[in-house]
Amino acid sequence: MSTVPLENKKNLQPDVKGDPTQDRPPMQRRVKQRLTSRKATAAAVIIAVIWTIPTFGLLISSFRPEDNIKGNGWWNVLTDRQFTLENYADVLSPGGSQSPNLLSYFVNSLAIVIPGTVFTLVLGSMAAYMFAWGRFRGKDNLFIFVFALQIVPLQMALIPLLQLFTQVLTIGDFQLLPSGTYAQLWVAHTIFGLPLAIFLLHNFIAEIPGEVIEAARVDGAGHSTIFWRIIVPLATPALASFGIFQFLWLWNDLLVALVFSGGGADVAPITQRLAELQGSRGGEWQRLTAGAFVSIIVPLAVFFGLQRYFVRGLLAGGLKG
Amino acid sequence: MEDIAEKGLQVVIGLAVFAAIIGIIMLIVDRAPKSGREKIQIAGFLAPALVLLAVGLVFPALQTSYLSLTNRNGEFVGLENFVWMFTQPEALVTLRNTLIWVILVPLLASSVGLAYAVFIDRARGEKALKALVFMPMAISFVGAGVIWRFVYAYKGPEQDQIGLLNQILVWAGQEPKQFLLDAPENTLFLIAVMIWIQTGFAMVVLSAAIKGIPTEIVEAARLDGASAWQQFRNVTIPTIRGSLVVVVTTITIGTLKVFDIVRTMTAGQYETSVVANEMYTQAFRAGEPGRGAALALVLFLMVLPVVVFNARLLRKQKEIR
Repeated sequence: MSTVPLENKKNLQPDVKGDPTQDRPPMQRRVKQRLTSRKATAAAVIIAVIWTIPTFGLLISSFRPEDNIKGNGWWNVLTDRQFTLENYADVLSPGGSQSPNLLSYFVNSLAIVIPGTVFTLVLGSMAAYMFAWGRFRGKDNLFIFVFALQIVPLQMALIPLLQLFTQVLTIGDFQLLPSGTYAQLWVAHTIFGLPLAIFLLHNFIAEIPGEVIEAARVDGAGHSTIFWRIIVPLATPALASFGIFQFLWLWNDLLVALVFSGGGADVAPITQRLAELQGSRGGEWQRLTAGAFVSIIVPLAVFFGLQRYFVRGLLAGGLKG
Repeated sequence: MEDIAEKGLQVVIGLAVFAAIIGIIMLIVDRAPKSGREKIQIAGFLAPALVLLAVGLVFPALQTSYLSLTNRNGEFVGLENFVWMFTQPEALVTLRNTLIWVILVPLLASSVGLAYAVFIDRARGEKALKALVFMPMAISFVGAGVIWRFVYAYKGPEQDQIGLLNQILVWAGQEPKQFLLDAPENTLFLIAVMIWIQTGFAMVVLSAAIKGIPTEIVEAARLDGASAWQQFRNVTIPTIRGSLVVVVTTITIGTLKVFDIVRTMTAGQYETSVVANEMYTQAFRAGEPGRGAALALVLFLMVLPVVVFNARLLRKQKEIR
């Protein structure tokens, strides 16, 4: 669905030698062009600075001693160079119910996000494969229906889904998806991720050459063999792109966590804890600054490490509802 | 440490159960009797995703639609919740704010993103400049909330300011201001956070589109002596119109559903609530699932036309291609 060609940079380098008029542009035009581009660059730098300063200020602050953070602005580090790692030690360490105890919540985030992403990818690609290559009646209509589900905001599902988990799927003391564990979050995230996963992966899997699949079929391979041996390896780029996207989306989620996690250090993700800290101790900047950085370090690492895939996933996900 | 091992075990069990379920499905699919084999295989691949979507999204959405017609005791009350929403002052403020959000965020994020994409196109250090503005995209709304609350932080006029914005006011000889408390302009300061996040998305998609403009067109315009502005107005904009619409509609949908920013920065107090936040507050905090459901339904109805418009446009583009 990507409506935008990704990297056409090479085609865009003007072919200077082939075009004689480009060899010696009139002096006047050259100067003018340089001027406008200089102004444009200046404007771009200003925007870049405005966009970066808030994060930068928070990062600097997270290394300043508590009294300094609360006493004066972070720009004072120019004259008063005192730095400490104490804030990080404080927010990470488990110490009583008053402490932020972020390490525990950090682990929760990982424990929620990894299975949540894996489940969505596996189930989504299985369905996507059948929508792309299966032969059955009503396939197109069913696919359009799944596609259309993207427009249902997850707010529409929250209240009944919580009831379903806590009441319907509970028989006596037995809970199919026990509260106090990650299970409810895994399932909820998987459900909410599936429409987009199926749609995007379908688009990719449908592009796999039919001959490859036909050849395997002629050799007597069933759907499961074709899926695991051919489709999954060939669809790896799409799986990676969507996987990263889903990973970040789950890591940054707050709403689903608030509804299904119960909020304790056993299950709740780091975003939820950070939101709590903002509410209850909004003035404890030494904790909030360090805590915010602990929570955004993983997405930032993913972002800078895998920016290519991230951008690709983003461009493909243009219609995410 | 014990705690972490326990959580790790939970994840391993979760993944193992999931793998076992998938394994059983594959086994059934492979061993299916010859007669109905194809049907069983198709069902095996589609059923897990479709069952989850039916149980977790379709059915709950229908139930929410019904819930919106009931009161807090589950009795049928007709359209009372909607009457509440469109007559009570506190609910009307929520609707007004959502309207302000949905006008300002797509407009400003797309314009700044487009301007930035044009400014840095083929500039030196383009990649780094891009990454700086794109980075907020990876940060959670909760993290962004902390970052910006720190920018907006307030101290009395006699103290040193720790928030950058108030310090700038003080440097300019003004009184420091409670940015997040004073209605109605506090909504604008929340909106700024969303713009900060979404501009990167707009920039990346539009930049890819700009790079896709055929060189010949750009060169032709340049040879005709078109100024930078004329080029932008008559070449760039018409060529990337499709991407522009996708960007605006995607940001619009995201803005309609914005929850985390409001939740973490003001919790919807001081007249800053929006529909998605109020939905959560009513359904899960105030014990008014009927009102929450009605708000969710209104959210759905607001998203619907945007998505339909977007889908139509995409289909038209596909036909042209």
